[in-house]
Amino acid sequence: MNQTVFAPWNDPEAKPLIQFKQVTKKFGEFVAIDALSLDIFEQEFFALLGPSGCGKTTMMRMLAGFESPSSGSILLAGKDIAPVPPNKRAVNMMFQSYALFPHLSVWDNIAFGLRRGGGSKEEIAARVEEMLRLTRLTKFARRKPHQISGGQRQRVALARSLAKAPKLLLLDEPLGALDKKLRQDTQFELMDIQEKTGTTFVIVTHDQEEAMTVASRVAVMDEGRLIQVSTPDVIYEAPNSVYVADFIGDVNIIEGAAAQEGDAVTITWAEGQPPINARSTLSLSPGQKVHFAIRPEKLTISAERPDDAANAMTGKVLDIAYLGNISTYHVELPSGQVLKAQSANTRRIARRSFTWEDTVWLSWTNTAGVVLEK
Amino acid sequence: MRRFTWFNATSLTLGFAFLYLPMVILVIYSFNASKLVTVWAGFSTQWYGELIRNEAFLDAAWVTLRVAFFSSTLAAILGTLAAYVLVRANRFPGRTLFSGMIYAPLVMPEVITGLSLLLLFIGIGLDRGILTIVLAHTTFSMCYVSVVVSSRLASFDISLEEAALDLGCSPFEAFRLVTLPIIAPAVISGWLLAFTLSLDDLVIASFAAGPSSTTLPIKIFSAVRLGVSPEINALSTIMIAIVTVGVISASLISKRSAVRQETETRAAERI
Ligand SMILES: Nc1ncnc2c1ncn2[C@@H]1O[C@H](COP(=O)(O)OP(=O)(O)OP(=O)(O)O)[C@@H](O)[C@H]1O
Ligand SMILES: [Mg+2]
Repeated sequence: MNQTVFAPWNDPEAKPLIQFKQVTKKFGEFVAIDALSLDIFEQEFFALLGPSGCGKTTMMRMLAGFESPSSGSILLAGKDIAPVPPNKRAVNMMFQSYALFPHLSVWDNIAFGLRRGGGSKEEIAARVEEMLRLTRLTKFARRKPHQISGGQRQRVALARSLAKAPKLLLLDEPLGALDKKLRQDTQFELMDIQEKTGTTFVIVTHDQEEAMTVASRVAVMDEGRLIQVSTPDVIYEAPNSVYVADFIGDVNIIEGAAAQEGDAVTITWAEGQPPINARSTLSLSPGQKVHFAIRPEKLTISAERPDDAANAMTGKVLDIAYLGNISTYHVELPSGQVLKAQSANTRRIARRSFTWEDTVWLSWTNTAGVVLEK
Repeated sequence: MRRFTWFNATSLTLGFAFLYLPMVILVIYSFNASKLVTVWAGFSTQWYGELIRNEAFLDAAWVTLRVAFFSSTLAAILGTLAAYVLVRANRFPGRTLFSGMIYAPLVMPEVITGLSLLLLFIGIGLDRGILTIVLAHTTFSMCYVSVVVSSRLASFDISLEEAALDLGCSPFEAFRLVTLPIIAPAVISGWLLAFTLSLDDLVIASFAAGPSSTTLPIKIFSAVRLGVSPEINALSTIMIAIVTVGVISASLISKRSAVRQETETRAAERI
């Protein structure tokens, strides 16, 4: 795909487009954003992920200018944006609630921002038509917002914020109401737009798959703080905490005591069970309590004990969840711990190898999981 | 639905009779052919004809209409601005006091409002005439507008204004292009309310009016003291018609916009 890797966050010379510097936002006594520092670079597709109420919308509203930080500062292209009113910022926001103008047609909603920009009638019309085509709303151009469906309304909101092609685009859950197919198409459209125009995107999403697909970097938030900011693959493969591992995707967590030798770690976790062999660059003190996190798809399920596996455990199939392309097996170990293992359904369902109550082996390599301190 | 019983029917009839019998009688007698108000002598519209030829009444009607138009327009503007500030502005010192004070004229005895306005006009040396009536009517009808408009603004989604700002509007443009069109039905029904209030106000107008600026209610009142004439009945019937149309359209407009708002929110909740 990319010939040169796009990674300005690793380049000490690169100038960030947005800088949050120790930003705190309080609503009364309630701390919505807690001393948050963050750099976002030009042309990034930056995804904010986190549970409801963790402060994602608040961060966007501070960028757009509807809230000001209680302390700390936000810089846009090196300049403090605190004194700049929302209508003077080269930032457009797509609202979580869409905020479509109910008295204007879809067409006029999309044209609204363009008319403020002072282009000619023809330019505006061409741009609106382009946006309508992009969001597949051409047929609904003359309707009022209350005459279209929820997903269509969401697309109008998206089109309206895209129309001005701003330097920075803030999308607050832009695709939540769309069906999967349309969502994927729109994701690719967004990435396409981003590539063509070089716009910087900050996107809030509850859908981790979406964050994985579109984002150059993902920030996982909790209670107004950033827990981890990294590329999607690092977030997925090397989460820095149980919280992140658990938040992104499915994961098995095993708690135990660590013993380290070089980068080889053995984790004793239950009596009568073989210790877990893993690798880690952390320096752990002997006997330190750690969590071992491993994704279900990294576990291999088999009838016999594999000969060369670094880790192998036996257990009983408790439950099978059939998801079409894959199945998730819930396997209960003798210690009572239940591990989830995924395998691709390469055969028809009637011919799968394991069923309820079967005794199976789970195995994984010593690099398949991660050791987490917290 | 409750059953329709004789008891319900009777209380309904009595209630409405109490409210509307006087007016119905007035309307009926305005079509009386006889000069004597209390004797029915057949149907006729002659009093309406005489009314049109009565210069004094026509002058008063013209004054009243102009006063009602200007005062309700002024009240609609000022009342909308006041409502906007009260609903939108962040807490500022004295906000509670201000919002309480704006509604005070609603419950203030008209005589007091009228008297204090009279003192003010004399104090600043303003000659009493149409201008002073307009000012006085604006004063007392503006709070009605502000009540109607602020209830609409309270349910107005503030993120619409934020979206307008975000798309490059100045705060004033956001108000003009987004807020105002959406609250327009409330402003219009507030205007109609102020218009009808001004049309039939007697007490405050008699304090603020000068010799050259008699409004219709004042004219009627002084004419009645010399004895009720069928002409007055005809005039009153016309006023009743105008006020009724005004009040009904005001309530229809606000009900229609409430219904539309509800469908919009319901549609929004379907997401
Ligand atoms: N104007 C406000 N006054 C008081 N508290 C607020 C205000 N705005 C947001 N909050 C609080 O700040 C916290 C963060 O809100 P925010 O809207 O940023 O959450 P979010 O991460 O966007 O959540 P969601 O995923 O549900 O949209 C919440 O606990 C919320 O209750
Ligand atoms: Mg939110």
